[in-house]
Amino acid sequence: MKSWILPAMMMAASPAMADIAYVSNEKDDTLTLIDTDALEVLQTIDVGMRPRGIIFSHDYKYLYICASDSDAVQVLDVATNKIIHNLPSGEDPEQFALHPNNHHLYIANEDDAVVTVVDTEKRDVVAQIDVGVEPEGMAASPDGKWVINTSETTNMLHWIDASTQELVDNTLVDQRPRHVEFTKDGKTVWSSSEIGGTVSIVDVASKAITHTINFKIPGVHRDKIQPVGVKLTNNGKYAFVALGPANHVAVVDAKTYEVLDYLLVGRRVWMLEFANDQKLLLTTNGVSGDVSVIDTDDLKVIKTLKVGRYPWGVAVKP
Amino acid sequence: MTALYKKIIAKLAKTLCLRAAKHCCKRSRLFLSLPLLMLCLSPVHANELTINIAYVMQSSSKPSPSLALFKTPENNGVAGAELGIVDSNTTGKFLNQHYALQVIDGADSDELIEALNSWLATNPGPVILDVSDKVMSAILALPEASNRLFINATNKSDRWRVTQCQAGLVHTAPSYAMLGDALGQFLMARRWREWFIVEGSSEADKAMANAYVRSSKRFGTEITGRRTWTFDTDLRRTSQQEVPALTQGEDYDVVLVADADNLFGFYLPYNTYLPRPVAGTHGMKAASWHRSIEQWGALQLQNRFFDTNGRPMNEDDYNAWLAVRAVSEAVTRTKSANSATLYQYLMSDKFDLAAFKGRKLTFRNWNGQLRQPIPLVQPESLVSQSPQQGFLHPNTDLDTLGYDKPEVRCSMAQE
Repeated sequence: MKSWILPAMMMAASPAMADIAYVSNEKDDTLTLIDTDALEVLQTIDVGMRPRGIIFSHDYKYLYICASDSDAVQVLDVATNKIIHNLPSGEDPEQFALHPNNHHLYIANEDDAVVTVVDTEKRDVVAQIDVGVEPEGMAASPDGKWVINTSETTNMLHWIDASTQELVDNTLVDQRPRHVEFTKDGKTVWSSSEIGGTVSIVDVASKAITHTINFKIPGVHRDKIQPVGVKLTNNGKYAFVALGPANHVAVVDAKTYEVLDYLLVGRRVWMLEFANDQKLLLTTNGVSGDVSVIDTDDLKVIKTLKVGRYPWGVAVKP
Repeated sequence: MTALYKKIIAKLAKTLCLRAAKHCCKRSRLFLSLPLLMLCLSPVHANELTINIAYVMQSSSKPSPSLALFKTPENNGVAGAELGIVDSNTTGKFLNQHYALQVIDGADSDELIEALNSWLATNPGPVILDVSDKVMSAILALPEASNRLFINATNKSDRWRVTQCQAGLVHTAPSYAMLGDALGQFLMARRWREWFIVEGSSEADKAMANAYVRSSKRFGTEITGRRTWTFDTDLRRTSQQEVPALTQGEDYDVVLVADADNLFGFYLPYNTYLPRPVAGTHGMKAASWHRSIEQWGALQLQNRFFDTNGRPMNEDDYNAWLAVRAVSEAVTRTKSANSATLYQYLMSDKFDLAAFKGRKLTFRNWNGQLRQPIPLVQPESLVSQSPQQGFLHPNTDLDTLGYDKPEVRCSMAQE
C-alpha cells in the first residue's frame, strides 16, 4: 500500500513544484521565504543590514543581496540558505542587474553616483561608471548589449554599453526614475518615474521616449500616484506597475498602453515579481509589512501574507 | 589650449551650420532657414550652456545666541546652494550644461546691493536671495532687476506672497502663514484647540505670532493668552522661576512660541505653568527641513550634505538647495539659460520637482510660492507632515497651507 504513495506523491508534486519567493525586509535585516503554492511563509533568514534589491543567478544557485548599510552585496547559497561571501560592491548598493553572461553584476551605488560592475566569479571590480545623482534602477537587455541605470535626482536613463562598460547615451525622463524593465524582445524599455507619476516607454534603437503612461485612481490624489516597480508578462499581454503610496498596482495593456485596472494591495507597494509560471504576481508592501498575491488571469488579489518590517525586494526561484 | 580647442569646435560648428542652412534654402522656403541661421550666429554653441547663479547673502545683524553651538553657521544657506550646484553639474555633464555659484555677501545693505548691481550688469543669470525685507525691496527696484529670475530662499514675510508678489520673483522658502497653517492643522488633528502664545519682540517674532493668530481664525481655535518676552532677566539661571509665571493664565492645550532668532524659546519646554506641550519655533516646530528627515530617499541628500559640510542640513540650506535645483530643472527641460524662459517654465504646469518630501513640488503661478508639504519636527525626530488628512482643497491639498489665491491681492493673482 505504502509503496506506491511516495512515487505517486512525487509525480503529483513535480510538475507543480512550488516556487519559493524570497522577500528582503529592509528594516528587519532579514529575508522571508514564501511557498508560492501553499502561499505560506516558510522561514526567515538573517542577512546583512538594510537588504533591498535581491536577484538570483541565472542558474538559481545563488541569491545576490544588496545589503545597503553593510556596504556589501552578499551572496547566499540557495541550497543551504547561508551567506557564503560578500562581493566588493562599492558604497550603499541599492539595486542591481545581472548580465545575461551570469557573472557581471551591475550595481547602483546610490551615495556615490557610480555604477560598479563586479565579476561574481572572480569577485573583483571590473569597472566603475560615473552616472547621475542617486543611481537607482538597473536592467540588462536580454541580448546583453545594453545595461541601463536610472538616476533619481538627475532624472535620466543612462545607457551603458556592456561590451566596453562605457556610458554612451542618456535619455531624460520624468522626475525620480526608479525602475527599468526591458520587454522580452529587448526592443523597448519601460521606465517608471516615481515623482513624475508616469511610466515612459522608450525605444531602444533611438533611445527616445515614444509614449508616456499616466495613471488616475478615483479618490487618490495624483501626487500620491508614484510608479515604482514594473513587471511585464512574457506573452506580451500585460504590464503591472506598482504605484507606491497609492496602494494600488496598475494593470496596463502592454500593446496599447491603456490602463485596464487598478488592484488594491497593501500600503506603499514597491517591487513586483511573478511566480508559478507568471500565474501569480507578488508585491512588496513596505508600510503594511506584507506581500500581496495577485492572480494574473483573474486580475484579483487573492491573498496577503505578513512578512518582516518594510519588505523591499522580491525574487522567485522556480 | 582650451581656448584653441573651443575655437576649432566653434569653427567646425559654423561650417556645419552653413551647410545645413544652404541645404535648408534648397529644400524649403527661406523663412525656415532663418531661425537656424540665427542659432548658428549666436556666440555660444547651442548645446553648451553655462549658468552663473548669484547668491546674495546678507550677513546677520541679529543678536547672537550665547552658546556657540546655536550660532548660525557661516555658510548657512549657501552650503545648500553649493550642494545644489554639485548635484546639477553631475546632471549637467551629460547635457553639456555647467553651473557656477557666485556668492555676494556682506553686512552693509548698500554695499551688498551695489555689489549685486555690478554682477547683474555683466551676468544674465538667476539670483538667489537670502536677505531681509528691506534689502529685497531695494534689489527688486534696481533697473537691472527687470526680466530677471529671483529666487527667495530664506525670507518668510507674507507680504511677498500676498501684496507684493511680482513676475520674476519666486519663493522656495515657505511663508510664515504656511508654517502657521502647517502647525495649526496638526493641532486641530490632535484637537488641541486652546492656544497660548509667547512671542519675542523682533519683527520676525511678530510676523510668526501673527501667523498663529491667522491660523487660529482659520480653524476656529481660541487664543487664551498672548505674552511678550521682555528679556528683563538672564534666564540661564532662572527659567524655572520665570517661565511658569509668564505662562500662567487661563487653561490652554499648547503653548505656541514665536522666537525666530532662537533667543529664548528653548527655555519654555517643561517649564510652562501647566504641563502642556510647546510648539512653534521651539518644541515641535514647523520647518521646511530638519536633520531627522530620512524618508522618501532623504537619507541620500542628508548624507551628501553632512559629508561635505560636517553639519546637518537646516531649512535655509534646504531652501537654497531647492532654489538651485529648480533653476537647473528648468534649464534641463527648456535647454535655455534665459531668465524669462526659465521663469515661465517654473510657473507652468510642466514644472515639477522631486525634493525628498514624498510628492512633487510645484509653484503657485499666482504668487510664485513653492507648494510644499511642511514637516513638523521635534529636536530629535519627525513628528508629522502637513497638510494633515482631511484638510481639503478643490485644487491641491498643498494649497491649504498659507494664503490661497482668492486671498492674494497682487496683480499676478488677478490675471
